[in-house]
Amino acid sequence: MVEGGGLDKKLNFVYMKTETETKSRIEIDREEANFHYDVDYKHDAGRGLDEETIDYISNVKKEDEWIRKFRQRALKIFNKKEMPTHWASQDLNSIKFDEIRYYLSAGEAPKRSWEDVPDEMKETFERLGIPEKERKFLAGVEAQFDSEAAYSNVKDAVSEQGVIFVNSSEGLAEHADIFRKWFGKVIPTGDNKFSALNSAVFSGGSFIYVPPGVKVKHPLQAYFRINAEQFGQFERTLIIVDEGAELTYMEGCTAPKFETSTLHSAVVELVAMKNAKIQYITVQNWSANVFNLVTKRGLAHEGAEVRWIDCNIGSRLTMKYPGVVMKGEGARGEVVSIALANDGQHQDTGAKMIHAADNTSSNVVSKSISVGEGRSTYRGHVHIPKHLKGCKNNTECDALLINPKSRTDTYPAVTVRGNQHSTQHEASVSQVSEEQIFYMKQRGLSEAEAMSLSVNGFVNDLVREFPMEYSVELKRLIDLEMEGSVG
Amino acid sequence: MSSLEIINLNASINGTEILKGLNLNVPQGEVHAIMGPNGSGKSTLAKVMAGHEDYEVTGGDVLLNGKSLLEMEVDERSREGLFLAFQYPAEIPGVSNANFLRAARQARLPEGEEIDAVAFYKEIYDKMDQLGMDRKFTGRSVNEGFSGGEKKRNEVLQMMMLEPSYAVLDETDSGLDIDALKIVADGVNAMRSDNRGFLVITHYQRLLDYIVPDYVHVLNDGQIIRSGSKDLALELEEKGYDWLKEED
Repeated sequence: MVEGGGLDKKLNFVYMKTETETKSRIEIDREEANFHYDVDYKHDAGRGLDEETIDYISNVKKEDEWIRKFRQRALKIFNKKEMPTHWASQDLNSIKFDEIRYYLSAGEAPKRSWEDVPDEMKETFERLGIPEKERKFLAGVEAQFDSEAAYSNVKDAVSEQGVIFVNSSEGLAEHADIFRKWFGKVIPTGDNKFSALNSAVFSGGSFIYVPPGVKVKHPLQAYFRINAEQFGQFERTLIIVDEGAELTYMEGCTAPKFETSTLHSAVVELVAMKNAKIQYITVQNWSANVFNLVTKRGLAHEGAEVRWIDCNIGSRLTMKYPGVVMKGEGARGEVVSIALANDGQHQDTGAKMIHAADNTSSNVVSKSISVGEGRSTYRGHVHIPKHLKGCKNNTECDALLINPKSRTDTYPAVTVRGNQHSTQHEASVSQVSEEQIFYMKQRGLSEAEAMSLSVNGFVNDLVREFPMEYSVELKRLIDLEMEGSVG
Repeated sequence: MSSLEIINLNASINGTEILKGLNLNVPQGEVHAIMGPNGSGKSTLAKVMAGHEDYEVTGGDVLLNGKSLLEMEVDERSREGLFLAFQYPAEIPGVSNANFLRAARQARLPEGEEIDAVAFYKEIYDKMDQLGMDRKFTGRSVNEGFSGGEKKRNEVLQMMMLEPSYAVLDETDSGLDIDALKIVADGVNAMRSDNRGFLVITHYQRLLDYIVPDYVHVLNDGQIIRSGSKDLALELEEKGYDWLKEED
């Protein structure tokens, strides 16, 4: 148990590893999403990244000159910035930027009806259950296949309220005034190497605008599918929720398993105007060859609330630290996250809470599970400057280790200056003990059932934060992961 | 027709032999008590029967309904009808009592069959009432933050819900005050029937005032050294274990 409400609390290190041989082997069952189709791509920027790649993308998209320049500048920053291997993972060096394909599309505008979507794409999304979910409980769906959306539709009742839900290219072309005002403002190009990469080659992603006072009842959903091998997906999402309006947005991600590595590097910017509320939910289930390096940040104006609910189950390496900049008085930020790292996976996740106004409050609840030789890392950054008053932060991070060789590290950095604030921090590491498993087995449960029950029990209170349809899916995904994890 | 036979059972932990040729037969419908001094192998017997992996069986067999338990996984033994009420029940954070028991019951159904949730709750509430357990315990995490007495009551509740053909109670009386002991004993007595056997492991005679055994066996140094009626327990209470050891 690590506890502290301290000032200038820097690296707090929890590391647990025992000498005992792990007796379990992991076989991941992701067969359900593990399929791909041969697609005839009309536009292919080829392998590798240079100025020509960017021109190619800008030409295909018929972009304005300012965007082309924005991209070219971002490329320079990307090339200049060092890989963050000094604090993150050396595994980043395995990404072969020269072999990746940065833009692949069929060259068609997203369809408003599933019937018009090309067969192989339609089948992909049908196998993933997207149209069914749309009918059941969504206000709108955007389904991205490699670099571009194949389908995009929003229910009439929602668009009639003035809600805009399109892909980023359409946002730029049709809603340039509002797009340009906020684009790159929450996450500057040079924020980190991967935000620069995204800014250079971005394609797809959502642009959403919710007018003042409009409370979108049902969630809008984006689904990101990688189909091609040795490919990079770089969607760019910008969501602006105007004064007093409310929105829940969900994204899901999958890819087939290839021998070679795939890169997913998104930038997501949220803007919550005065008293607006945004809830952004992610269920990431990339295959185990995907590098998932994503920058996500929300800007909360006076009285506004930004909540990130984040679940990372798949990928080879995920580095993602959703943040909230609380810019207006009384703004609130929250990150609720679940990470599951199986053999060969590293979930390096966390949260950034930047308090920039009085009486702002933030809450971080993170739970991670490490299975087999899986590794999970929590990195937190909470910043409360001296000149403010009445700021609050609560951070809880709990790690569960399934096997003796599983690993977890916690780096919660809380910087609080001034004495008119309150912060709390709690961290724990626990292990599913042999005695717990023996007890459950004595009642007739198989080892896998016992593991699933323990893991679901561990994340139970957070799973409740997800909408019902997603919490059922989450539980199923966790069961699937645990099924193969015991020998 | 159920039966439990322990035949010349030898078991060791970390190379140290604990059970040294233990023989015991518990016909169905009977309650047998096993008493013995600390370190005689009482808890080892319970764990070996349930299949705890820390123990190595070096000889002999345990037959439940004629089938060797030793060849089964821990969970198979349970589904075959063996229940162990633990001396120190494990805590399982985040898993509610009700969900845990549902999962255990579900594990006993053929594939494709689902538990009737309404009937399940009616049953669990009835049994909790019988044990004087607050119904709120269905929603609480298994054993987490329970007092010693609550944990033991919960063991008996699980036994009632899983209806084993044989139940081994390992020091169920430890950590119980007299009121809790009576409630737990009432629960066990309610479970006594012609087609269910019990092996009650205890250090003290006290429990046997409430769960009256058909036979009492004395375990010492990994073997049964004396068997007798319930009066043997009283004699042990009076004289201690040493007189038997000396005779032996």
